Amino acid sequence: MPLIFKLAFRNLFHDWLRFVATVIGIVLSIVLVTVQLGLYFGFERMVTTMIDHAAADLWIVPQGTKCFEDPSLLDVRKQFRARAVDGVAETVPVVLGFADWRMPSGSITPVFVIGSDLRSRGLLPWNLVEGDVEALATPNAIAVDRSYFRTLGIAGLGASAEIRRQRVRVVAVTNGIRSFTTTPYVFMSVDRARAHIGISSDEANYILVRLASSADASAVRRQLMANMSDVDVLTPSEFRSRSRSFWLFGTGAGAALFGGALLGVIVGTVIVALTLYSSTKEHLVEFATLRAMGSSSRYIHKIIICQALISAVIGFSLAKVIDDAIVAMTASSALPIVITSTLTVSLFALTVLMCTVSATAAIMKVTRIDPVMVFAR
Amino acid sequence: MTDPVIEAIDVAKVLGHGPREVHALKGVSLALQGGELALLMGPSGSGKTTLLSILGCMLTPTSGTVRVRGRSTDGATPEELARLRRDNVGFVFQTYHLFPTLNATDNVRLALDLREEHVEGAAARAKDALAKVGLSHKTRAYPRQLSSGEQQRVAIARAIVADASVILADEPTAALDGENGRAIMTILSSVARDAARGVLVVTHDPRLLPYADRIIHLEDGRVVREERNTAADAQGGERAPEQNDVA
Repeated sequence: MPLIFKLAFRNLFHDWLRFVATVIGIVLSIVLVTVQLGLYFGFERMVTTMIDHAAADLWIVPQGTKCFEDPSLLDVRKQFRARAVDGVAETVPVVLGFADWRMPSGSITPVFVIGSDLRSRGLLPWNLVEGDVEALATPNAIAVDRSYFRTLGIAGLGASAEIRRQRVRVVAVTNGIRSFTTTPYVFMSVDRARAHIGISSDEANYILVRLASSADASAVRRQLMANMSDVDVLTPSEFRSRSRSFWLFGTGAGAALFGGALLGVIVGTVIVALTLYSSTKEHLVEFATLRAMGSSSRYIHKIIICQALISAVIGFSLAKVIDDAIVAMTASSALPIVITSTLTVSLFALTVLMCTVSATAAIMKVTRIDPVMVFAR
Repeated sequence: MTDPVIEAIDVAKVLGHGPREVHALKGVSLALQGGELALLMGPSGSGKTTLLSILGCMLTPTSGTVRVRGRSTDGATPEELARLRRDNVGFVFQTYHLFPTLNATDNVRLALDLREEHVEGAAARAKDALAKVGLSHKTRAYPRQLSSGEQQRVAIARAIVADASVILADEPTAALDGENGRAIMTILSSVARDAARGVLVVTHDPRLLPYADRIIHLEDGRVVREERNTAADAQGGERAPEQNDVA
């Protein structure tokens, strides 16, 4: 084992109680950061899940639409103008909006209705675990997620209820299509959705555009915008970005999550800095002895950085175990915490950076060491 | 006569500023030859530690010159001084300053590690050095498991392992009983038998006089007297001093 590593390791473990406190500090800090960022990514994924699963190359949305769940109405006949543009292969109207769901027991709860043309497969339910999409073409047919059975007061496939006093019947069940607003999504055909929401057959909320394989998306988009007024034509990526901006930053939710993460980083940095500083202060005579023996500043800095890195690796490893448990526990919740491999690598880098930055105060302390002090003690 | 391993020429040192200014050294000149064990003696406040710090390249003189194996320390940066110490000077401290978390071998090996001698041979060299001070049976012991005398021997092994040409010892026997003190001085005498290495010991202890080739008396920041042991015993035994007033 390299002596520099041995010295760093033993300096840390020399006072194991202080080291345990440091590791707890790092673990709490990293878990806090991970949860905050994991919530952020989970939230980000949930607010764009409908856009992610829609079969669209371009979206025609009412001008100024902020997010998927905040639609205005547009004239569905615009789709005919869209189809006239070279490169457009198909257009699919999508209807959505809030409606009242009356449970078999008579209680009422709000639902978010999503209607799409069943033949064109614009925005249909995915992750089906029971029933099939084709069954949505049958009268009064709907699809719901099984996680909402209790909210909707139903038992499962084949259950009946009412939306806007019209009878509906569950013909398909999905798994994991959850709304961060906690209002259940209910999928159905576009005409039935209009009836439940109460809009005319001339209206829709979005028009999905599918392009011909040889089409230039930018050119088609420019042409669509030139042909139509009062609409925005967005790529899926732009629509996702708008939705994220609205929900994460327009509402302040993202800032709160980032604020929490930042707080975690600050707390972790301060804890590690204090520990390394006090450890260095305690071993100051040893560092002065090293200096007296002719050690370079670099050698001493390496010991302190090594201490910081040992703390980082141990702290991060323990935090990872806790993070994995939290991810498993929230997997089926309304807002699951999402930790991607990129996030894990980034968090490790952040932990190392945090601990290294924390070593600065200790390094500044040893940099000012006067080796002559070894004669005075 | 060979070139001195370390040399101070008209060294002065002023500590503090303004009304707290202290002239710790006032034109001290001395040279330590290879193969020589010299004692630096004097009352408290006479400037012994300041001189030791300057000779050990930890402190720079206000005026005058220090040469380590012929190389002047004038204008050297702190890092250059550290390199000079690492390559040429070994220290033995009154309170040993061993690393409590490392065993005897690693404490000694540290002196080699600082010189980036991380190779397998470093541990063997450290054990050789411990054998030279009679601790071949305690190579894995930690400082807390060693007696005071043994700890000081580890410190000597650490000072000599990297073949330093100068060993500077600050009151090496002050914390030891008579028997251990004599054992340490015998080891330092044998270290000084190497013609390429000089040993300078700062002490108040008159019991060390017989081990010295030369005794340098420092008072009020000046070398006031030097005594040379004319009947030097080749085995580091009793030596009869011959006085030579400097001041």
